[in-house]
Amino acid sequence: MARVIGGIATSHVPSIGKAIARRLENDPLWKPFFDGYKPVHAWLDEVQPDLAVVVYNDHGLNFFLDKMPTFAVGAAAEYKNADEGWGLPVVAPYSGDPRFSWHLIESLVADEFDITTCQEMLVDHAFTVPMSLLWPKPGRHPIPTVPIAINTVQFPLPSPARCYKLGKAIGRAIESYKQDIRVLVVATGGLSHQLDGDRAGYINKKFDLLCLQKMVNDPEALARYSVHELVRDAGAQGVELLMWFVMRGAMTGQVTEKHHSYHVPISNTAAAVMVLENKTAGSDKWLDQSLMARL
Amino acid sequence: MILKKSNTEDIPGTIIFNGTRAIKGYALNKMCFSFNSAENRDAYRHNEDAYCDKFELTGEQRQALKHRNVRELLEAGGNIYYLAKWAGIFGMNVQQIGAQQRGMTEEEFKEMLFRAGSD
Repeated sequence: MARVIGGIATSHVPSIGKAIARRLENDPLWKPFFDGYKPVHAWLDEVQPDLAVVVYNDHGLNFFLDKMPTFAVGAAAEYKNADEGWGLPVVAPYSGDPRFSWHLIESLVADEFDITTCQEMLVDHAFTVPMSLLWPKPGRHPIPTVPIAINTVQFPLPSPARCYKLGKAIGRAIESYKQDIRVLVVATGGLSHQLDGDRAGYINKKFDLLCLQKMVNDPEALARYSVHELVRDAGAQGVELLMWFVMRGAMTGQVTEKHHSYHVPISNTAAAVMVLENKTAGSDKWLDQSLMARL
Repeated sequence: MILKKSNTEDIPGTIIFNGTRAIKGYALNKMCFSFNSAENRDAYRHNEDAYCDKFELTGEQRQALKHRNVRELLEAGGNIYYLAKWAGIFGMNVQQIGAQQRGMTEEEFKEMLFRAGSD
């Protein structure tokens, strides 16, 4: 059976993608931010995921207001990136895993999450920037991915509690998959920021630091926030924390924080990355065996 | 389900892109969505009025576009994610968009962001 080996949540600010394209990782302004990902790379090397479920929000590349699904799950063999209009270079397509996707879809709908299925799905910067941050080596993307898009454009948005429950259902789906694969759940977006209105440029460090702590130890208390309260405290686009709730909900066992970093500002955003390891009964032995099997 | 009052009250300085705004801004946002295509961006640059005609924009929306004014575009039903694609045509980034809305220079806006991190 498959296992959830852990989760990573990371910001997805477009300017990070531009900095990567210009190779500014060691630029004095950018270095402290990019250094925050070194422990993430070390952890990924150690746990060797086989597949990543990537929970993100589309910013008007794949979805428009004509049809706006609350939750959409990718079911494609390949996911292409495309021109978003403001100059981010287009990256190579990502491979999918349709067999896993359809298992996930069947399981989620059986679990009363009536998601939208997508056999074609363009993935925008909210998907590509985190992938480049997690696996920075140029060339082929290392592992297959299954994107899940959450609507954060058109209100009403799903509540934090609903997103947390979706995460739980994703965790159950993964751990009922027959194949012995090691699955990572990635959430993208946040932390506090606001692009529009008189409060543009709003950042709430105090709230962000509280979230970073509660997301590990007391996610259910945090999930009692309403969307409205999230917008109030994290900013209009800080509502992207919804993706973090999905990731946290998908952790099926005992959770240990392996790393987090927090950096203000990246563009208009308080940027953060967090790595959670997930341990279930017998998972240590299973992990060792599955790593040995590869040698 | 009855919505809690605390969830419908205004948040100062913040736009909730709800159904009312989505209806009002549909044509404008549809036009901005089309700017994912380089060909469409060129067509807009080439003849702004003709391009707006294709999407049947309102007078208010056309004026806001002419003024290159993000705050007016938001008032006219624009959604920031789609407007960002329009702003990209003029090389405007999100910090310049933020500064314009707050009536600050870009430098002042950036300083404000840095201060938020050091508090």
